[in-house]
Amino acid sequence: MKRFFDTELETFRSHLMLMGELSIRQVRDSLKALVEADAALAQRVIDADDEIDRLEMEIDDEAIRYMNLRSPVATELRLVIVGMKASHDLERVGDECTTIAKRAIRLAAEPRLKAYVDIPRMAEIAIEMLRDALDCFLHGDTDKALAVVRRDAEVDAINKQLYRELSSYMIENPATTTRALELMFISKSLERVADHACNIAEEMVFLAKAQDIRHREEFKKG
Amino acid sequence: METSTPSTSAAPAPTSAATPASRAFAVPVRSTDTVQAANLIEIENFDFYYGAKQALFDINLKLDDKRVTAFIGPSGCGKSTLLRCLNRMNDLIDGTSVKRGKVTVRGIDINSRDVDPIELRKRVGMVFQKSNPFPKSIYENVVYGLRIQGETNKARLDEVVEKSLRGAALWDEVKDRLHESGLGLSGGQQQRLCIARTIAVSPEIILMDEPCSALDPIATAKVEELIHDLKKEYTIIIVTHSMQQAARCSDKTAFFYMGKLVEYADTRTIFMNPANPQTEAYVSGRFG
Repeated sequence: MKRFFDTELETFRSHLMLMGELSIRQVRDSLKALVEADAALAQRVIDADDEIDRLEMEIDDEAIRYMNLRSPVATELRLVIVGMKASHDLERVGDECTTIAKRAIRLAAEPRLKAYVDIPRMAEIAIEMLRDALDCFLHGDTDKALAVVRRDAEVDAINKQLYRELSSYMIENPATTTRALELMFISKSLERVADHACNIAEEMVFLAKAQDIRHREEFKKG
Repeated sequence: METSTPSTSAAPAPTSAATPASRAFAVPVRSTDTVQAANLIEIENFDFYYGAKQALFDINLKLDDKRVTAFIGPSGCGKSTLLRCLNRMNDLIDGTSVKRGKVTVRGIDINSRDVDPIELRKRVGMVFQKSNPFPKSIYENVVYGLRIQGETNKARLDEVVEKSLRGAALWDEVKDRLHESGLGLSGGQQQRLCIARTIAVSPEIILMDEPCSALDPIATAKVEELIHDLKKEYTIIIVTHSMQQAARCSDKTAFFYMGKLVEYADTRTIFMNPANPQTEAYVSGRFG
């Protein structure tokens, strides 16, 4: 039976998907700005963060209104709770992209320290993780969501490897310290993006199965 | 009322000490029935009819002791019928019959022809949708059941009145006007008076058929608070059309549809992650 307020849930879902798409675009663009030393693109990433912030507040408002007035239960209740939490994660993804973009602007004015291989690879994985987590939101494919959780270790490993590599740059040549630190922080931001993708994936498992898989090693190891 | 009573063929034995006298039905009980049931009420393969029309189909349900169980479902789904089967209130309707299965309370088949329905209803009290105080004083309403049982000791009756009205969270509001008419109370107070009248005869189980449907939100909140307190001493089964009330008040919830039990689980599960799509549709208000 269709209810007169069903459209509110549809709007809520579409806002979350829109926020997801914008966040993925921000990750892609911030990395493109870094790799192509495109300060203008980096600035556009920084400016676009306002839209993600606005969507987060809108989703919160819709969720609170729905809980207040529609008394959701079961799947609907989980949807509203998960939607709020996922939107907070996506907002943090947006913030990490802003950080990356700001560092990309500074790095664009300097000679390149090294060829960018691992950082784009990290970004690629983080984007795939975000996309798979959001796919689970659309299609309820929890296997995909669980795979996202397992992939987090891959990104962590690249981050650690980059940390070691960039540390050796700084030790060998202290003149590289500023650029190496910028890259370290960018790597850390991407590692955090992957963490947020994991959180979203865990939330999607809760949405689909009402099962809380957070902080459980067995799901991280697969 | 016709009943299928296969269990009564065995020779009855006296009530054993395992069943306290104050709690036992006034019926001889087979020795095998005195084993403490894991669940207070067990309903097995239960079919119930109004004349030729089957109202309940193969109900299997075990209800926990000292818990609140909510029966939910759309109108006509059989939840009130099942509730009334638990103290044989349906006996009062012509043409009703149990054609299969049984309901046991502490292992006793309540449809056995040895069971006295009046005694059963002392153990399994009932509160109705519309409060129905007698046109008597508040005091006399509460002691009505005891007077019928022949209790005349004034001190004992006074004690029961205070205890029951306190139990029904009404004492403080009426202690100074116990001899005024029960009909002068507000709707919410009348309903709590009916609950006091029910608990005055020390039942084990209280059946509540939409007890708050005629009450305003404040009176509803008081009755719900009372239900929460009463479950320390009583097993409560409540029929309600309010999903929020079922969620707030009950420990377990049973969802019925078209005379069948669709799902029975912890209330938290029913309202967070029901197994059956019909249950989900109903609790979400999508049923139709």
